[in-house]
Amino acid sequence: MDILRFITAGSVDDGKSTLIGRLLYDTKSILADQLEAVEKASKTRGDGEIDLALLTDGLRSEREQGITIDVAYKYFQTPNRKFISIDAPGHIQYTRNMVTGASNADLAIILIDARQGVVEQTRRHSLIASMLGIPHIVVAVNKMDLVGYSEDTFLQIAQEYQKLADKLAIKDLKIIPVSALAGDNIVDKSDAMPWYTGETMLHFLENVDVQHDLNLNDARFSVQYVIRPQTEELHDYRGYAGRVQSGVFRKGDTITVFPSEQTSTIAKIEVYGQEVEEVSAPQSATILLETDVDISRGDLISGTGNAPVLSQDVEAMICWMDDRKELKVGNKYTLQHGTTRVRCSVKGIEYRVDISNYDQLEDIESLKLNDVAKIVLRTAKPIAYDAYQTNRANGAAILIDETSNVTVGACMVEA
Amino acid sequence: MSNIQSLSSDAQRQDYLDQLESEAIYIMREVAGQFERPALLFSGGKDSITLVRLAQKAFAPGKIPFPLVHIDTGHNFPEAIQYRDWMANEVGAKLIVRQVEDTIKAKGLKEPTGKNASRNWLQTFTLLDTIEEFEFDACIGGARRDEEKARAKERIFSFRDEFGQWDPKRQRPELWNLFNGKISKGENVRCFPISNWTELDVWAYIEREKIPLPSIYFSHQREMILRDGNLLANADFIYKDDSDVIVTKTVRFRTVGDMTCTAAVESEASTIEQVVAEIKATRISERGETRIDDQQTEAAMEDRKKGGYF
Ligand SMILES: Nc1nc2c(ncn2[C@@H]2O[C@H](COP(=O)(O)OP(=O)(O)OP(=O)(O)O)[C@@H](O)[C@H]2O)c(=O)[nH]1
Ligand SMILES: [Mg+2]
Repeated sequence: MDILRFITAGSVDDGKSTLIGRLLYDTKSILADQLEAVEKASKTRGDGEIDLALLTDGLRSEREQGITIDVAYKYFQTPNRKFISIDAPGHIQYTRNMVTGASNADLAIILIDARQGVVEQTRRHSLIASMLGIPHIVVAVNKMDLVGYSEDTFLQIAQEYQKLADKLAIKDLKIIPVSALAGDNIVDKSDAMPWYTGETMLHFLENVDVQHDLNLNDARFSVQYVIRPQTEELHDYRGYAGRVQSGVFRKGDTITVFPSEQTSTIAKIEVYGQEVEEVSAPQSATILLETDVDISRGDLISGTGNAPVLSQDVEAMICWMDDRKELKVGNKYTLQHGTTRVRCSVKGIEYRVDISNYDQLEDIESLKLNDVAKIVLRTAKPIAYDAYQTNRANGAAILIDETSNVTVGACMVEA
Repeated sequence: MSNIQSLSSDAQRQDYLDQLESEAIYIMREVAGQFERPALLFSGGKDSITLVRLAQKAFAPGKIPFPLVHIDTGHNFPEAIQYRDWMANEVGAKLIVRQVEDTIKAKGLKEPTGKNASRNWLQTFTLLDTIEEFEFDACIGGARRDEEKARAKERIFSFRDEFGQWDPKRQRPELWNLFNGKISKGENVRCFPISNWTELDVWAYIEREKIPLPSIYFSHQREMILRDGNLLANADFIYKDDSDVIVTKTVRFRTVGDMTCTAAVESEASTIEQVVAEIKATRISERGETRIDDQQTEAAMEDRKKGGYF
């Protein structure tokens, strides 16, 4: 059994929370007391119909306002797969929470209200999903019950979205007509839309192949912690604990340590104290080397073969997330990449993406909350990175504000 | 390129429990790597027992590089306390225990009395004092997102201001696996390595790892208070009135909290396999079935967390 992480995205009120609620409900994943609590809360709030969105909208403010503010994580499983579902908010104000949820997702469900078609938040969330390299996108054309389950409406929206997807170079796209409220094509096939002969949402989620999305070519391991027991029998033990970010490491492999560029050979690989012959992404492990090299937290161990870029100059796509301060050329931040932190300064903003048509706008001086842009950074020390589009784990970085310590930017590095 | 073939199949062999374990160990190591004075909050319950096992694995063959901290309400199950001491000794970790009783005395706090009185909320004061006393900058906890609707919203690295407060409307973005543990003095971070585990995942892991548990998780005979349909373990410090009925029952506990607010289930399950089978079959959630404190208001957990609770 494996795990699929998916996020729901799209504009306000398009039905994201209701869709997750429906998936939970129809897969019988809601326990009796939880259902009872939601029924009770629905009664005090609405017309008595059970509001499935309350299954994920768990904060007091969310329930009061009937909107999602922050992501909720819900868990369910079918015989072959475990699902981590991530319900994102649609409000533009909370886009950074959507980015939070999307950054770890294998798949995104983008909802569209069939009455509205593609709107600005559809475009924004689709752009973010594609920038984040989410390998699979499913568009749920929702509220089909409110457009008389019309095939024409569906085809029109599908066509409109396809155009957008072409611009974003979305690889794996699936479009499904649904009603989250009524349960059409979510878990059960809809009788109201006989013209639709494709899969249901759940069927698709159960069968989409995610194993092949891992990068198993470029061996990267970032050191989190050095294990040195310093006991009598383990006197000389020095293990580098970390996680294989991508690729494979085997006993006997020649490796290079970045940024120092020292080389050595893998003497031993341990997984939680047990020796193994090899480890692959995304496993946590401990690596021991043949020779004494100076390695500490923040260093990257790389297999020979494709080497990462070692540089102080970094170009990256960024989602800006600070609602209090703008990003300006010349500003300094802490960049966190892998397990390393380094100061950096913003050298330039190459362009900002216009959400309405994905045009690149130049001559930009600063970035505001929710802006998406390409920036150029200079780091205080060289870092070893890969392009995000080929290596999500070693191409991702965050910017941290040096006074508030808050995470203010999500960076996808280009190489 | 030939290796890629063998690797895809290898990756497929990584079972979901291996994936969850690997993620949790990554988080443990991030805590140890990013903070100067972390602590692991240990209650003797199955979630924190799982954390201890994960911490052992994360730093093997070294020792766990942080202390275990227990906030003792004085209303714990004696079996859980016994287990706590045994476990700390077994893994060779330092154990720090702080008593809610002492906080009550020192601060002159008013203890809730009467029926369903619980020290659950008072724990927060002791916890915050303990954090200050030892200058802990990170506390590792066993909270899971599937437990409760406010927890379903919480980050893995959950920032707390200098008053220990959680602000659900201003959580830090948390991107990929780049956890941001940067804080100023006096602030701290609560870290939840098993956020993405479900109750059943924890049980399956304990079963797979053959981790011993406190005996109250298994079927045993006990003197119980029957109250409003709930079965509470009888103890001197629990206030009883005429409507309470004392009965002897064969029970097990599904969670380990305070005796004052943790309900039991009637059960004959005496092995872990039997317990897992029963939990798989149940249609009632862990908290719903066992935590009387959460049955009280709709946003009970959110409010407690805002005030600095675990
Ligand atoms: N008729 C109809 N109504 C729907 C459908 N799906 C959702 N709704 C309703 O649309 C409203 C908004 O639904 P939510 O699920 O809260 O929307 P959301 O996308 O999660 O909203 P935010 O999280 O705040 O962005 C609710 O009143 C739902 O009952 C549907 O398929 N048909
Ligand atoms: Mg919602």
